[in-house]
Amino acid sequence: MLRFLTRRVLGALVILLIISAVTFFLFYAIPADPARLACGKVCPPETLEQARQNLGIDKPLMVQFVSWLAGIFVGRDYGGLGHCPAPCLGFSFVNRAPVFETIIDRMPVTIALTIGAAVIFLIFGVATGIVAALRQGKPLDKIASVSSLIGASVQIYFVGTLAMYFFVYQMQVFRQPKYIPITEDPVGWFSGLLLPWLVLALIFTANYTRITRSTMVENLNEDYVRTARAKGMSGRSVVLRFALRGALTPVITIFGVDLGTLIGGAIITETTFGLQGIGRLAVRAVDYSDLPTLMATVLLAAGAIVVMNVIVDSLYAVIDPRVRLS
Amino acid sequence: MFLEVNDLTVDFHTEDGVVHAVDGLSFEVDRGSTLGIVGESGSGKSVTNLAILGLHNPDTAKLSGSIKLDGRELIGAPQRELEKLRGNKMAMIFQDPLTSLSPFHTVGQQIAEVYRKHKGVSKSVARDRAIEMLDRVGIPQPKIRVDEYPHQFSGGMRQRAMIAMALVCDPGLLIADEPTTALDVTVQAQILDLLRDLQEQTGTAIIMITHDLGVVASTAHDVLVMYAGRAVERGTKQEVLRETRHPYTWGLLGSMPSLTHPVDVPLEPVRGTPPSLINVPPGCPFHPRCDYAKLLGPGVCTGERPELSPHRGHGDACYLPIKQKAELRRLPGKEAS
Repeated sequence: MLRFLTRRVLGALVILLIISAVTFFLFYAIPADPARLACGKVCPPETLEQARQNLGIDKPLMVQFVSWLAGIFVGRDYGGLGHCPAPCLGFSFVNRAPVFETIIDRMPVTIALTIGAAVIFLIFGVATGIVAALRQGKPLDKIASVSSLIGASVQIYFVGTLAMYFFVYQMQVFRQPKYIPITEDPVGWFSGLLLPWLVLALIFTANYTRITRSTMVENLNEDYVRTARAKGMSGRSVVLRFALRGALTPVITIFGVDLGTLIGGAIITETTFGLQGIGRLAVRAVDYSDLPTLMATVLLAAGAIVVMNVIVDSLYAVIDPRVRLS
Repeated sequence: MFLEVNDLTVDFHTEDGVVHAVDGLSFEVDRGSTLGIVGESGSGKSVTNLAILGLHNPDTAKLSGSIKLDGRELIGAPQRELEKLRGNKMAMIFQDPLTSLSPFHTVGQQIAEVYRKHKGVSKSVARDRAIEMLDRVGIPQPKIRVDEYPHQFSGGMRQRAMIAMALVCDPGLLIADEPTTALDVTVQAQILDLLRDLQEQTGTAIIMITHDLGVVASTAHDVLVMYAGRAVERGTKQEVLRETRHPYTWGLLGSMPSLTHPVDVPLEPVRGTPPSLINVPPGCPFHPRCDYAKLLGPGVCTGERPELSPHRGHGDACYLPIKQKAELRRLPGKEAS
């Protein structure tokens, strides 16, 4: 198990290194001049040249990449333009702050949004999937099928905007979505995120219902489920301990990807509800050609997927002992 | 009799129509004896036994008739009551031990949970019992193997574990559904020997479902031959294998290779295919495939459905007079071994 994990983590680190190299070289091919941003509105040629030197962009790309990498571990100094302590992902001259600080600042919003919605859609999706599988062909199953089809077809900006209009402005059952740190006001934190959670969960639940239902239907017909019934196991134990166990693998696979994607920034959700998370940060970085920030958000998104994959891989081994050997 | 099945009928309601999987089947098994149920795929063998355990989906399967286990009626019994009997008073082992054992639980867990469920004992008592059972079915180092998963076992060992799981509560009835089909020939014999030894120790009644007459010959006391959901021949092993009466059983015997079979004479499979169970042929369901139907003149085999006769002892469901059958049986190529 330990060797299994070590191998996966090492593999993940290699992937992250490759991704950072690719994004680095890709972004430096973009015709935007970081020095001009750093230099400010009125920028005489000498100051621009000085900024170039301080930022290190007069050096070869490879050298720049290495000093960027080194910055993560030891920090960087942009010769009077700004200081960026380790772990330094670059200095944003749009925000006038180290990128890492901004990310840390925005992270709680995205994480709270993701985790809250994920808890709802995982529990609710899997539960309805199980019920639908057990009531195959019955009205309850049909209702679940139709509603998950609807859920899978609608878009968050559509549902989100409608929900905002009706529930917040018309009926006022929810408060205006807003991020308040949990340490400041737990109740405000909860009520401010409740509507985004529910809307996000509504969209994602559909997928989990469908996957759980189809794998449960398959698993309920497995020989070992029949054996469990043949030895007198109760209906609930057969469903939860035997059939669901086998159905968890595909659910966790999708869950890992979804969670990774959402942590990387729920751009549309954050925009719809006006939450200042990683997604909004990324959009703003694009608008302002803020290369260091943009690169950090891309890396974060990639990193989230990679990390979730490692976790999912390890969970496979927990769920299915057959994976542990190979 | 420990198990009495009377006029059992199992119908499945499907989109294509009603499938008459079992139709008016009666048989009985006593403690300490083994009944071999033989027939082609789709003849209703497994459906019958799943009905005994009450494992059919009540939404699609309609059961009628009577199944009495130790005097207790099982048809119409509430699921909760059947749950208490399954694994406890009656148990089943399946064809493929790899897919029939849960890949997610250790062999020991799977055996122990049956014992815990039915005997209400503690975890450690159940675990000790699991180790004892593994030892009894001949698994070496049971204290180590008890914590292993089915995929770490060989095919034969898995079937042994399956048997240990089925017998952990000392059930009065054991149903073995083709227990050796998925195993190597050498392992097959070991498993059959094991079942026989365990039966001698415990006095369990066994129903051995198989399409292999060799398995029947080596394990069964009585034999029931099924065709299209009905019994076509019934009797002791000697009666059915040596004084075979029903043309279908002749066909089965003729299609089986044996050591005394002449090398240059090809094996004769039963002609044709098993009938549809939605539109079962009228009269004797075997008549479209039977060589002897024409001997009886038109309308005989297609008219009334033949019943097992005589009612007790060696009986078959066929209109050919017994005398004529005895003569036909001596025809070359129909030698039974």
